[in-house]
Amino acid sequence: MTPPRRGPLGRVADFLDDRTGYRALLHEALYERVPGGARWRYVWGSTLVFAFLTQVITGLFLWANYAPSAQTAWESVFFIQHEMAGGWLLRGIHHVMAQAMVVLLALHLLQVVIDGAYKAPREVNFWLGLVLMMLVLGMALTGYLLPWDQKGYWATIVATNLAGIVPVVGPSLQQLVIGGPEYGHHTLTRFFALHAGFLPATLVLFLVVHLAVFRRHGLHAKQPLTKPDGMFWPDQLLKDAVAMLAVMAVVLGVILVPAARAMLAGEAVHPGHLGAELGAPADPSQPYAAARPEWYFLFLFQFLKVFEGWGATGEFVGAILVPGLIMAAMALMPIVGGWRLGHRFNVAFTLAILAGVGLLTGLALREDYYALWVDRAALAEAETLHDQTGGDRVKLAAALGGDRAKATAIERQWKTLEKVRRSQAFLDAVKLAKADAARAVELAGRPERIPPAGMLAVVRGDPLMQGPRLFAQHCAGCHAHVDPLAADAEAVIAASSAANLFAFGSADWIRGLLDPEQVAGPAYFGNTAHKDGEMVSFVRDDLTDEATWPRADIDAVVAALAAEAGRPVPPEIAGLVERGRELVAADDRCGGCHRFRDNGAELSGEPDLTGWGGREWLVGIIADPAHERFYGHANDRMPRFGVAAEGELPQLTREQIEILADWLRGAWYRPSQR
Amino acid sequence: MPRRPVDARSPRDAAVVDPDHASASRRGFLAKVLAVACGGLATLPPVVAGLWTFLDPLRRQGSAATFLRVADLAAIPDDGVPRQFPVIADRVDAWTGFAAEPVGAVYLRREQGSRAVQALSATCPHAGCFIGFERAVDCFRCPCHNSSFTLDGGIVAPSPSPRPMDTLECRVGRNGQVEVKWQRFRAGVAEKVVQG
Ligand code: FES
Repeated sequence: MTPPRRGPLGRVADFLDDRTGYRALLHEALYERVPGGARWRYVWGSTLVFAFLTQVITGLFLWANYAPSAQTAWESVFFIQHEMAGGWLLRGIHHVMAQAMVVLLALHLLQVVIDGAYKAPREVNFWLGLVLMMLVLGMALTGYLLPWDQKGYWATIVATNLAGIVPVVGPSLQQLVIGGPEYGHHTLTRFFALHAGFLPATLVLFLVVHLAVFRRHGLHAKQPLTKPDGMFWPDQLLKDAVAMLAVMAVVLGVILVPAARAMLAGEAVHPGHLGAELGAPADPSQPYAAARPEWYFLFLFQFLKVFEGWGATGEFVGAILVPGLIMAAMALMPIVGGWRLGHRFNVAFTLAILAGVGLLTGLALREDYYALWVDRAALAEAETLHDQTGGDRVKLAAALGGDRAKATAIERQWKTLEKVRRSQAFLDAVKLAKADAARAVELAGRPERIPPAGMLAVVRGDPLMQGPRLFAQHCAGCHAHVDPLAADAEAVIAASSAANLFAFGSADWIRGLLDPEQVAGPAYFGNTAHKDGEMVSFVRDDLTDEATWPRADIDAVVAALAAEAGRPVPPEIAGLVERGRELVAADDRCGGCHRFRDNGAELSGEPDLTGWGGREWLVGIIADPAHERFYGHANDRMPRFGVAAEGELPQLTREQIEILADWLRGAWYRPSQR
Repeated sequence: MPRRPVDARSPRDAAVVDPDHASASRRGFLAKVLAVACGGLATLPPVVAGLWTFLDPLRRQGSAATFLRVADLAAIPDDGVPRQFPVIADRVDAWTGFAAEPVGAVYLRREQGSRAVQALSATCPHAGCFIGFERAVDCFRCPCHNSSFTLDGGIVAPSPSPRPMDTLECRVGRNGQVEVKWQRFRAGVAEKVVQG
């Protein structure tokens, strides 16, 4: 047969084929017989290859912008996610496709087992598939750490500690993957090398063999064959491609649905908030109570809780032995499948495992989100009884006057209550984590950008993030910090033993102080040693005398002090600042007791009002309230946080005190509204 | 039809290549061994160099445990309730040196009227999460797998944790500074083994 006449393109193709034999190769690759015709049930393997390809493509482009080190990993991921054009989409696809891949893996495995495609002569290929599965899970695990945020950091601590309990080699293995005795640069570089180098390279190797062996045995056709044989190209490939498109559509859907929702609700859409999350930078010294692995590892996480009370054995059994045995049992499937009823056993086993995984995942989620669907009001009585009795059964019986039935019911409610509390703690932690993450991103976007020491240094010095923590730890034992208009304000304030410092220094706060109704209340001096002091009697007796203290004069003092504190002066009294300063200084007014600027008042237990409530003043009083400039000898119980004897540590460092002062003043970075 | 190519591996062709079949197969064997040996030897250096470096972390030790000042006695109310304190230490992470960085946290507590301070590491002995203290129920709780511990760090059964919270050596100086021997312990084992 003479070949038809060819154009120049055809001649080039002929030339190439002559030298490379590409046509035979292509033919070999595409013209595979599909017994019984193309079917949808055969698409899973191809979608997996597609998912992997997606990960390679997005991964390489992420790589081009990622810098693995403890001071640059979070920072570079932040830059990708929030600053680079399209970065959110790139990262979003990589992140969501990784999850899709795990789902597809499960489906592919299920289909292979149900169809009996693992049986002779395809045993080896089944084993190769299991190896591929482990590699994919390994990439998922290592990828979680790379942003170096709190979430990935703490999940990795748990994962690597579990690796450490493998008998004999465990501790060395752990030290090798984290790259030393502590987590840091080399944990990142090693996880990155595993995630983007060792594991995918191995995966490609196995994938090539997997596909080659697959072609050798041909497709495992599901009987009965109802249609005539088809060809891989284009019949099956069309179905595969449609499935790939569907997978991609789902992935994009997951990324974009929140955007669509926001748009429908008429809110602004921030692309940086779409796709993959980025938590606050990893901080080994900051508790992270929202630590959870990625959802597809939740079952393993939950499984560890099953072995309560087993001690170290439980952890070994739960984290190493049982998962190992399950993998071994799966590896034996091709052999078991050859026995009578073996195939049925395998199918049942796989379904049971998947059901178990589903159940554990469900349990984990239920435990975490329990508080969302339990009506806490119904537990109110049990809660009060718990507080009264301290959870003691004997005391409970006594409190209920021996009502046994009621006692049992209450005890059951205590169990529920305990679960609600745990769940609530988790939900609160998630909320805090979200707020921290948002704040870290906000700070990273400051015009002065991220310093070379990395974002952690900035986060650790941020009054908005650290202020409440420091306050809770060092001040909240006595002081309240609660908006008086908040729902629980009254109770919180009543329980405190020093002034409520919410909005300290603001016009509202000063007004409260100068209000005869409030000054001796729990929000000011009511629970302190000054409750019968001179300030209280001054406010109650002198200020109420309208002849000496007309309304306008009090307003003027409020204006002057708010100005002193650097707080905004309400416009209606803004004109009174100067008059206020005179009053504060005057020796027949405030200046009779308080020093103000150069009014010459003696310092004897009444705070100097110069710069009152400002940064320097606040730093000073926190550091040393017993200084003569503040309360001097009249200091109540407030510790001298910044003072220490020679060779001792003060309770708070200078930076910590500054953070507290800035937080109390509401002085922290706010992005300018664009 | 083209001629079948000569294949030295098949015995029939070996005779074509070399009539003296026996010596040929001997020489062929030697060639195979040599080829594998040379190839293997050539590949060895990069692999060895790679592994050598890769294994380096095994010989790295954590910084020797030292007593670190974490607080002042006055900062620990003597009500038996644990308070959390950051542990500040100089730290080296591979090539980066940090001066006075928070490296972890401890819980300190003391009983009424006592000067003796008990120090508990905040790292969970189960798998390393950060243990929280819950004031409402007066016990420690790990947010990860629900291990609970009593005020003095004892296990609240049943617990996934294989051992109580790790106590750290703690001493109180004459002028009241509280020093803690900062150490990490292996997670997930019943005995308290120092890590690194
Ligand atoms: S890490 Fe604390 S309970 Fe598991």
